[in-house]
Amino acid sequence: MTTTTAPTAPTQAAPPSATTPRQAKSRVEGIYYAFLIPSLELFTLAITVPAIIGIFFSFTNSIGFGEWELIGLTNYIAMFSDPAILSSYLFTFGFASVTVVLVNVVAFLLAVGLTAQIKFKTALRTVFVIPMVVSGIIIAFVFNFLFSNSLPVFGQATGIGLLSESILANPDLAWVAIVIVTAWQAVPGTLLIYIAGLLAIPGDVYEAASLDGATKRQQLVRITLPLVVGYVVINVLLGFKNFLNAYDVIIGLTNGGPGTATRSIPMTIVTGFTGGDYAYQMANATMFFVIVVIISLIQLRISRGRNAV
Amino acid sequence: MSIQPTLIAEGIEATSRREAGISSRPPARSRRSGGNRPGWSTTIVLLLCAITVVVPLYVTVSMAFKTQAQAVDGNAFSLPAPFSVEGFVTAWNLTNFPAAFTVSVLITAGTVIGTVVLGAFASYAISRNWDRKLFRYSFYYLLAAMFIPFPVVALPQIQLTGLLGLDNPVGVTFLHIMFQLSFSILLFTAFLRSIPNELEESARLDGASTWQTFWQLIFPLLAPMSATVGIFAFLASWNDFMMPSLITSNAALQTLPVVQSIFQTQFSNNYNVSFASYLMAMAPAIIAYLFTQRWVMEGVTQGAVKG
Repeated sequence: MTTTTAPTAPTQAAPPSATTPRQAKSRVEGIYYAFLIPSLELFTLAITVPAIIGIFFSFTNSIGFGEWELIGLTNYIAMFSDPAILSSYLFTFGFASVTVVLVNVVAFLLAVGLTAQIKFKTALRTVFVIPMVVSGIIIAFVFNFLFSNSLPVFGQATGIGLLSESILANPDLAWVAIVIVTAWQAVPGTLLIYIAGLLAIPGDVYEAASLDGATKRQQLVRITLPLVVGYVVINVLLGFKNFLNAYDVIIGLTNGGPGTATRSIPMTIVTGFTGGDYAYQMANATMFFVIVVIISLIQLRISRGRNAV
Repeated sequence: MSIQPTLIAEGIEATSRREAGISSRPPARSRRSGGNRPGWSTTIVLLLCAITVVVPLYVTVSMAFKTQAQAVDGNAFSLPAPFSVEGFVTAWNLTNFPAAFTVSVLITAGTVIGTVVLGAFASYAISRNWDRKLFRYSFYYLLAAMFIPFPVVALPQIQLTGLLGLDNPVGVTFLHIMFQLSFSILLFTAFLRSIPNELEESARLDGASTWQTFWQLIFPLLAPMSATVGIFAFLASWNDFMMPSLITSNAALQTLPVVQSIFQTQFSNNYNVSFASYLMAMAPAIIAYLFTQRWVMEGVTQGAVKG
């Protein structure tokens, strides 16, 4: 189906087409260099140089200043037996997996509702997108108040023991709060992509289905879902990569606590700034980088592969 | 911001699909729900879901307008009685709101303008010289930043900005632009491919230089893409907490989101003050969104689907 492959056409395979007439020219106008070089230089300074510095220092014992020496893979080997690192990876991947499922299920169902025949369609869309424009840490502070003040009151009133104390103070439940707030913020972006996907499905497909006697639910599962599967792939991979970078919301809710129960990978990396294990956390960052690259490559492969079909 | 660009770049198709974007609804869709009868059951379910969005916002507004005496009772859902602005007055002075607001506005404006201008410049040069190795490889090089989230390079960047005297809002703006650049170049080059070359040829026949052609012809044509790029840059920059909190060393030059975190302990149990402060920090983006929502929704959809 062309509709399913639509969002993921090739990128690098298609060079800009408008170059042909100028190919005959032997010299590039100087102004084109003036357009390009500043970006290249600034970009190198801002991203490439720090990345190289970081990777280099991950093989040293630097504490961020003063003398250092090369120590090979020691930092990397140490990471694998460091409970702080392991627990942050476990937490971050667990959190990202749960959140990505929750966000996509909620966003997909909302998108189906918002593209159906409903009242107040515009107003509802307006409301559902608001969380996207709110700062993560600020809304986390608001939810922090609700979780630590309002929810316990509710828990005590209804006799639900688990909720009678702040779930943010409970090492086994604090992650749930982080999932909820992250999802609250991430649903709108995901939702908008699903709406675009749903609107790209031609209406006559449904007409034919209902003539054949398919129920609404059958249409959703047999027609809608297969046709938006490309958008599901985008949303899942994009979301997962974003959630691995969780920082702002966690700072606002638990600050990594109780203890270090909800400390994400980015939060662990940043401790290298104050904690004196600069080189060690650079090894952590490099590892994180490799993981992000692998996910991105999977994403590219899936989108390209699907496109080739 | 929840949406980040990725490398699932796409060709020109998305540009054409923009026409079928958020606001337009294919007429055939309405037929399947059986005539023009609106689905009340779906509407009611959605209204109930919308409550989950509204409640935290309602709590923020109502807490902000309470007196301190009423706010400490901890009841989040009661209406303010009496209605009071004392929280705002205290928060305004305590957090030095005008300063933080100014810093946030300057960083965001700088990021939006810088991302659009630098991105458009580079994309124009790249797309018009695609047959040159330097330009083609530059494209892939600049795009590679999509693989690099801020936490990966945060530590060296903190050090470098410190060494260069950029541990301030200028440095934050600069880094924001650089992290947005890949995505904007991806969008701009895709769009530039779809602009027919004849337009430029005729401008050149009329004697326009490349510089003039860019500003008088290409840049205006890029406007819809610039809007998308600008919206992404705005949301990423205005709401960012992690980067300014780590890069800017002087607390007096912090952005609105960071200021909220700095004053957490001083707010203590003065919930009316803290919520007034949150509200003042959130409101500008929400108000801007309400006035430009069609653009925001279309821009985000287009950018995300394409990116």
